[in-house]
Amino acid sequence: MVPADLRYTKDHEWVRVDGDTATIGVTDFAANQLGDVVFVDLPSVGKSVDQFATFGVVESVKAVSDLYAPLSGEVVEVNGDLGGAPELVNSDPFGGGWMIRVRVSDAAQVDGLLDAAAYERLTSEA
Amino acid sequence: MSASGPRLQPTLFELSKPGRGGDKIPHAPKGALDRLPAEHRRAHPPGLPELNEPDVVRHYVNLSQLNHAVDTGFYPLGSCTMKWNPKVNEWAARLPGFAQLHPMAPDDVAQGTLQLLWELEQMLIEISGMRAVTLQPAAGAHGELTGVLMIRAYHEARGDTGRTDVLVPDSAHGTNPATATMAGLRTVSIKAAADGGIDLDAFRAALSPTTAAVMITNPSTMGLFESRVGELIEAVHAVGALAYMDGANLNAILGRFKPGEAGFDVMHINTHKTFSTPHGGGGPGAGPVAVGDKLAPYLPAPRVVREADGSFRLERVGERPTSIGRMRSFVGSTGVLVRAYAYLRTHGASGLAEITDDAVLAANYLKSLLAASGVYDIPFPGVCKHEFIASATSIKKQTGVRTLDIAKRLLDHGFHAPTVYFPLTVDEAMLIEPTETESIETLDAFANALVEIAREAATDPETIKTAPHTAAVRRLDEAGAARNPNLRWRPAVGDWTPCPD
Amino acid sequence: MAYGPHTPADRRRMLTALGMQSADELFADIPPALRSTPLRLDPPEPEQLLMGRLAHMAGRNRVDLASFLGAGAYRHFSPPLVDQILLRGEWYTAYTPYQPEVSQGTLQSIYEYESLMAELTGLDIVSASHYDGAAATAEAALMTCRATGRRRVLVSRAVHPHYRAVVRTYVDGAGLDLEDIPLVADGPLAGTTDLAALDRLLADADHPTAGVILAQPSFYGLLEPMAEAGSRAHAAGALFVAVVEPVSLAVLAPPGAYGADIAAGEGQALGIPAQYGGPYLGILACTEPLVRQIPGRLVGMTTDVDGKRAYVMTLQAREQHIRREKAASNICTNQTLLALAASVWLASLGPHGLRDVAAHGASRAAELEAALAAIGIERVHPGAYLNEFAIRVPNAAAVHHTLLARGVLAGLVIEDAVPDEPSVADALLVCTTEVTTSDDIAAFARELEAVLA
Repeated sequence: MVPADLRYTKDHEWVRVDGDTATIGVTDFAANQLGDVVFVDLPSVGKSVDQFATFGVVESVKAVSDLYAPLSGEVVEVNGDLGGAPELVNSDPFGGGWMIRVRVSDAAQVDGLLDAAAYERLTSEA
Repeated sequence: MSASGPRLQPTLFELSKPGRGGDKIPHAPKGALDRLPAEHRRAHPPGLPELNEPDVVRHYVNLSQLNHAVDTGFYPLGSCTMKWNPKVNEWAARLPGFAQLHPMAPDDVAQGTLQLLWELEQMLIEISGMRAVTLQPAAGAHGELTGVLMIRAYHEARGDTGRTDVLVPDSAHGTNPATATMAGLRTVSIKAAADGGIDLDAFRAALSPTTAAVMITNPSTMGLFESRVGELIEAVHAVGALAYMDGANLNAILGRFKPGEAGFDVMHINTHKTFSTPHGGGGPGAGPVAVGDKLAPYLPAPRVVREADGSFRLERVGERPTSIGRMRSFVGSTGVLVRAYAYLRTHGASGLAEITDDAVLAANYLKSLLAASGVYDIPFPGVCKHEFIASATSIKKQTGVRTLDIAKRLLDHGFHAPTVYFPLTVDEAMLIEPTETESIETLDAFANALVEIAREAATDPETIKTAPHTAAVRRLDEAGAARNPNLRWRPAVGDWTPCPD
Repeated sequence: MAYGPHTPADRRRMLTALGMQSADELFADIPPALRSTPLRLDPPEPEQLLMGRLAHMAGRNRVDLASFLGAGAYRHFSPPLVDQILLRGEWYTAYTPYQPEVSQGTLQSIYEYESLMAELTGLDIVSASHYDGAAATAEAALMTCRATGRRRVLVSRAVHPHYRAVVRTYVDGAGLDLEDIPLVADGPLAGTTDLAALDRLLADADHPTAGVILAQPSFYGLLEPMAEAGSRAHAAGALFVAVVEPVSLAVLAPPGAYGADIAAGEGQALGIPAQYGGPYLGILACTEPLVRQIPGRLVGMTTDVDGKRAYVMTLQAREQHIRREKAASNICTNQTLLALAASVWLASLGPHGLRDVAAHGASRAAELEAALAAIGIERVHPGAYLNEFAIRVPNAAAVHHTLLARGVLAGLVIEDAVPDEPSVADALLVCTTEVTTSDDIAAFARELEAVLA
């Protein structure tokens, strides 16, 4: 079961919106598909990201995947722990494995994202 | 800690002892370097190991024994054509006249090698059905880049500058899309048809005035001959694009199919696959590129030229302005090409045809054994060419044992694993290429091993999931290797990883 | 078929298992319209006859000349043990170590190669090998663009003309820009890279520079102002690429010491025979922050499940088989066996032997310079050199040709390789190494004097 209070993309990112700040990561499904994550390439603070455009790359031993932003905004914080411990993406994808926080530029974009139930349906079909 | 297999080795650096070795080279006169300005001099000598001859030889002999190789056993690595590497080829490349010839030696003193290169070009022209060949590319991927750059030059020379796309089937080697990017073009990936072959309709829909080329591997990475390739080439030419053939699988079609006759405009040839030049633990290879009339003006420089009097020379700098230029220094990996030449002379026309017949026969025979066993999925049941795909999808469903585990367990049986998880379009894929130089006894034994492993998967899956058990090392911490890369020896690093034994 | 194991009975058994009468049925999937015309090649040649043919062809090459030819490929002594190791089938008939458990020999040898090259270059990250020095330099040029997000590369005209040509091919292919840095025309720095011109090129704010490429020693054998060029590149936000000759690194400052971000070079000099151009060894090294930009395989040390030390290909997500069109390069097959050759050669000679090789070459070069000066032949450039330099010879091409008939290979006619550099017209590029003898040098001076008289 994925957390009910988050919203999701078809590309397996999750987002938690808290006021005008959104925290973004990838789901446990994505982490399992990738296998052991070895590196996460994230934008620096101050960069802007666009909804559904790539904002970074996650690498495992045998695979690589682009990361797509669920929402547009400006990056205000990057999870520095992932530099030394990328395995957090596997072990705690919805917690310590978060990737970036952005200041949301258009809160209405959230409406275009999947809720937990819709995302569950998506991954059960995969 | 002792290893169960052949002995693991400490590094060269751990074997080093200050003051050991030397005396291979006379000492240089004192003060030989005094004329060099101090700012250009090295402050500290490089930290190279100090070893004597027995240290060096034992180190490398012991290390070599940790390798599986064609010379030690069956190596059915799909798409790599791990055939026998004839020993006379090694002798030939080491003949002093070939081995010691300087690459910038004047043509007058290089006639033997120039003749060999020219004759090799003629043989490859005949085999490919093309019109001209460059021997310059150093490997298959390098040949791909050469070919695609020529295609770009061809379009540009015609003022046809809007061609940005290269169409590639989704089963292609990763080098194809990576090559397109290096040549400044965009890759459009086309899904295969249900039978594993080219989806003509999908290609036709994607072909347009922006198509620069299509790249087709034939036989495909599924080991299937692309029977619709004639129609595809017509459609490609109809929109003004060119057709590239990835010749990685040429071993399957010698004397049966000449890409140039079928309308392909350009192809590369992997001498280290089809023409028995050794794989060298990863290389060297050579990737000659054969072209039809349209692309001949753009071949890399220099080419070997045969003069009216029968002598040979290299093109001069700037002699052929239409050339795409150089792909590498000097004329090519001549030492590799000498081996390929020896192989082609050894076989001649009848021998080459027999190679292909036997390679395809061996693949189909092995495939039939696995199909008859009923335990492996064979996604494309018809006749294959030099290789075929088996899949462990059913085994995984029933036992949890994956293709990776089966590959590792094969190592315990003394076989190298097939190529696994490629092509990406088939789940739990094993791409198996036996080649023409493996006996029927070896093929039977390999099939038996695979069937035995499938049986073991049902009764004792743990043994397979923890395989290999007889190799020098067991499964590696690949995630750790990537998370904290240790890519060079440092004394401090040695402190935390104990020396083996 | 030579090397084939099948008896007629074996073939029949396999065909029978397939329900077939003849091998032709295996090719029924090739549409008739696509079937090949017969191969028109000579008949098979038995090994004995083939060996006679090859020996005859090899004999038509002349490798007995007193040679002063270098220009990017160098003759060096190689202890017999090196080739004896290379002839072990466990090395040369294996392929890329996809199954690390049965490839530890190759993997450890690559790790050791990476370590040896890191020592020589002073840079921590070394790829498992590239095709040759020129291709490695071209990959370095592309790396600078990926790492900086800029599109313009500057390459000195003192870099080997083949390398410059290959960089041109690659940079044009990728749709990037390449410009030459000219040479100083005269004075004490003549023939070296013109730093004032580099300053002007770097100052072009509309075309920010990704990378600056110089060679040490240069194609003309001269020692280049590497530290100065590197700091200028860095001040402009560009990366600095040093094209190096690895034997020289025994005695010359390594790229890591003068701030180079990337080193590229030809490893042929490390005990690999000249063999008319290859297979050679492309060396590519970089600083740690660039590790994800470097193309080609990397081998790292790790452990197995029992905690035993082991080696494995790593950071593979940069490579074409995973990243496909977004890969750092399309390189797949590389030059691993040549990296092994270089490692065994270095291990055999050790640090002192390598220094002796470099110092001997320098010593012989000074001897050659003096012998030529004694007959009135002068160097073209006044600057410091290691073991290769250009000499001014009237009618260089004709003299070179005449000397050939007298048993002397008098280096390279520079104009043949660099027709667009008038300052080196009528000049020869000559080189010595530890295998050059005093007799060779005496013969060169004697014959040259005779030809010019």
